[in-house]
Amino acid sequence: MIPVLLIVATIVFFLIHLIPGDPAAVILGPEATPEEVEKLREELGLNLPLYSQFFYWLIGIFQGDLGDSIYMNKPVLQAFVEHIGPTLSLALLAQAISIIIAIPIGVLAAKKQGTFVDHLFMLIAMFGMSLPSFLFGLLLMLVFGVHLQWLPAAGYQPLGAGIWEHLKYMILPAFALGMIQAAVIARMTRSSMLDILSMNYIKAAKAKGLKERVVIYKHAFRNAFIPILTILGETFGSLITGAVVTETVFNLPGIGQLVVNSIVRRDYAVIQGTILIMATTYLVLNLIIDLLYGVVDPRVRLNRK
Amino acid sequence: MEMKPSIQMEPKIDYDHFTSIRNQLKKEQRSLFIKRFLSNRSVVIGGSILLVLIIFAIVGPMVSKYTPLEIDPVNRLQGPSAEHWFGTDNFGRDLFSRIAHGAQVSLGVGLSVAFLTAVIGLFVGLYAAYYSILDHIFMRICDALMAFPDILLAVAIMAVLGPRPVNVIIAVTIVKIPVVARIVRSSALVVKEQTYIEAMKALGASSWRIIWFHTVPNALSPMIVQVTYIFAIAIILEASLSFLGVGIPAPNPSWGNILYDGKTVIYSAWWMTVFPGLFIILAVLGLNIFGDGLRDLLDPKSHKAINKQ
Repeated sequence: MIPVLLIVATIVFFLIHLIPGDPAAVILGPEATPEEVEKLREELGLNLPLYSQFFYWLIGIFQGDLGDSIYMNKPVLQAFVEHIGPTLSLALLAQAISIIIAIPIGVLAAKKQGTFVDHLFMLIAMFGMSLPSFLFGLLLMLVFGVHLQWLPAAGYQPLGAGIWEHLKYMILPAFALGMIQAAVIARMTRSSMLDILSMNYIKAAKAKGLKERVVIYKHAFRNAFIPILTILGETFGSLITGAVVTETVFNLPGIGQLVVNSIVRRDYAVIQGTILIMATTYLVLNLIIDLLYGVVDPRVRLNRK
Repeated sequence: MEMKPSIQMEPKIDYDHFTSIRNQLKKEQRSLFIKRFLSNRSVVIGGSILLVLIIFAIVGPMVSKYTPLEIDPVNRLQGPSAEHWFGTDNFGRDLFSRIAHGAQVSLGVGLSVAFLTAVIGLFVGLYAAYYSILDHIFMRICDALMAFPDILLAVAIMAVLGPRPVNVIIAVTIVKIPVVARIVRSSALVVKEQTYIEAMKALGASSWRIIWFHTVPNALSPMIVQVTYIFAIAIILEASLSFLGVGIPAPNPSWGNILYDGKTVIYSAWWMTVFPGLFIILAVLGLNIFGDGLRDLLDPKSHKAINKQ
């Protein structure tokens, strides 16, 4: 994981520094004299050769210092923490909605394989997979925000303003984002369950006279859960991707907005830091999921020893 | 000189006969494949949707009376009518014409990304599978690229390259190469261990020959299936980038930046969100259905086989 992170850091740094435009000139505006720009460049360390900037940045990271935002005049970490709230809330709600919808649907579709119910659910899932979250967000906004006016079309209230106030603004974006996740998870759950349901030990359990519910949930589902868990980890990336664009649709002041604005402002440190944190989160999350296999499936634990 | 008659003594081989049998077999195989292709419901449905969209992208701009850039301030934000089939946008431009031209852009970007990721991913995946030094380098870079959320990486690349259609293709291709490379690599690794490859090596075949003539045909099917999905993802990513304002630059139409314009007037002009949205859904749905069908056809071990038990 560490080498991958190093490559991630390198790619981020050099990619961001390839962006045309001089941050010092952007901060000072068009009326600044070349001397002023040069002075600020020196203060910000932009006059150093690229490799030493990279080196200082790397050393900083190892010390837990991601640098300072030159535009907002505060540490990158602080800017990140200020913007993570809406994104985290959105991602978690979306994930929760998708799991609550998708897993029962996937299990049911597997149980009723080949019937009308199965085909209907899988058709809906196919449709859901083809609906980009920002587009679904726009359509939800059009129906529930603009025409029916049940919920606010856009905007944000932090959790501090009350749970309902917060949720009122989060429901539409979370549904928009959760739908595509739900479709992927439902399809995975179905095929994973079908895999398990055709095994001999399930026949044996049924032959013993166990109730279907027990067979499905206690015997089959626990074994079908590993591929589902993997999908949950892998789709975290697409969840964040979706969150970034969905935030823009609903004007949520989250990470997506932070990064997009920072690119416009040539605020190198913020872009680098934020993308690095995101990539690290993705890697750590997948590591945690690898470890969770052992918790879910005792066989994995035994094999490792 | 003594040898010559003995050679002539051997039974005469009728090569023409063999060639004709081989051609016959090939023909039968091909017609069998076409038959299976056409009997797969998903392939037919998905393919038809795609065909309709491609025809729309070609014919649409011809039948439209308006050009996509023609501004008409008097007729701003008109709803759908006989004059403007999909209505007009906030500059009075004809939406039908914009969506039809946008179809060329979106499908063009998708197709180019699909093609480029396929070619580059094939190279990277194959050589990673056969040379372990390259494997370490390529796969770590792929891991790193895959750790980025797609859209953030694409936005950053677009910021470096600047908003131009070609750059959208480059950005999305870079983001999606690792997916293809990994799939090609994993099928190539399986092929590499097969006995017939060992036999080829024993016969003294060069690694170039083994890779391109004996591995590629076996790694191709899973790759083609994946590339179909990437086509769909590329359309979504292009639309997302344009929606964020860093993709296809205005005033050129793409489905994404029509949606971007539409969001500012969502309270008064639903058609600017619904129509381009519909086309995005249609394109992605068609590709996903087509891809599922192809997967069942080309990769019998996958889901369908399991489902049939």
